[in-house]
Amino acid sequence: MSRRARVVLFALVAPVFSVLFVLAARGLPSFGSDFHPYGDRAVTVATVQRASANVVSSVNFDQRAVDTLGEEFILFGSVIGTVVLLRPSPEEREIGHPEEGRVLPTTRLAGYLLLPVSVLVGCYVIAHGQLSPGGGFQGGVVLATGWHLLYVAGRYAALRRAVPQTVLEVIESLAVAAFVALGVAGLGLGGGFLANMLPTGSLGALLSGGTVPVINAAIGVAVAAAVVLLLAAFLEQTIILRRADHQDPP
Amino acid sequence: MSVLPYLVAGWLFLLGCYGMVTSRNLVHTVACLTVTQSATYVLLLTVGFRAGASAPVFGDVPVGTRVVDPVVQALTLTDIVVSATVTAVLLALTIQIHKRHGTVNPDELRALRN
Repeated sequence: MSRRARVVLFALVAPVFSVLFVLAARGLPSFGSDFHPYGDRAVTVATVQRASANVVSSVNFDQRAVDTLGEEFILFGSVIGTVVLLRPSPEEREIGHPEEGRVLPTTRLAGYLLLPVSVLVGCYVIAHGQLSPGGGFQGGVVLATGWHLLYVAGRYAALRRAVPQTVLEVIESLAVAAFVALGVAGLGLGGGFLANMLPTGSLGALLSGGTVPVINAAIGVAVAAAVVLLLAAFLEQTIILRRADHQDPP
Repeated sequence: MSVLPYLVAGWLFLLGCYGMVTSRNLVHTVACLTVTQSATYVLLLTVGFRAGASAPVFGDVPVGTRVVDPVVQALTLTDIVVSATVTAVLLALTIQIHKRHGTVNPDELRALRN
């Protein structure tokens, strides 16, 4: 479709969409209303039955954990897709010694200092997913970001050497498999796939919410490995791979 | 006025679509898709809002406090993760398109095909 045709089509459809959307929005419950029957039930189940102080985590990893399993496989599939799409093609070669960009000493120092801090924060966010805002997805991203402070500090080669891609792929697969295994365990012990079969503990304790912290840990590892793999694939494209006929500037 | 937050979601959606329609660079197209998808975050969170209520985390507030709807917040979290992963795949595709065809302008790509 040519550019002109696209714009004309948009100009025709956008007003129709606007009118229909406004009509639909007027039929929705008014903004800020007190009518949330599903939410109220989710809150009751999370706090009274499952002792999970963070209701969002309880919904994601307990009450609707099957949805999260599907989401996890979307993540897994996209990591596979990206890694396959960005694999080196035959006409590309790796350059042996990628030039290290110039990094300010202060940037380097900040990277080194913040690396342990952000890894600790990532672990904290994953471990407290059932108590406070956070969980596996958020904590996993914090972990992966903290790890890439090495790149910010100018140590891309160390970053590449430290954890080989194959190891990351195995970790990623194992974490996703652990999620499925927890589901099967729920089938055996709790009477349903991904049923919450562990003792729930008391509301507000670190070990509470039954399977929620366990699934959170599995997701945290999976997300951290996934983000590192994705970023590694893109960084490799930018820093390591050149066309075979490419001449490095002297 | 209670319709206004919903309209913000619709406006974001149209804004992102307009950006995709008129885009001259596939990276820009992917960014516009992200904007379009963020309309769904606004819509979901708007549906779940409850005036004067607290966050659905009972760490500092006692059980029984009025909280906003946690279900749509969980859906939004799922939405964000899916958005991030789809963006990664699309950007990888963009890199490959640039390698194969030397351009990321959708109109030039079309000219190449013809």
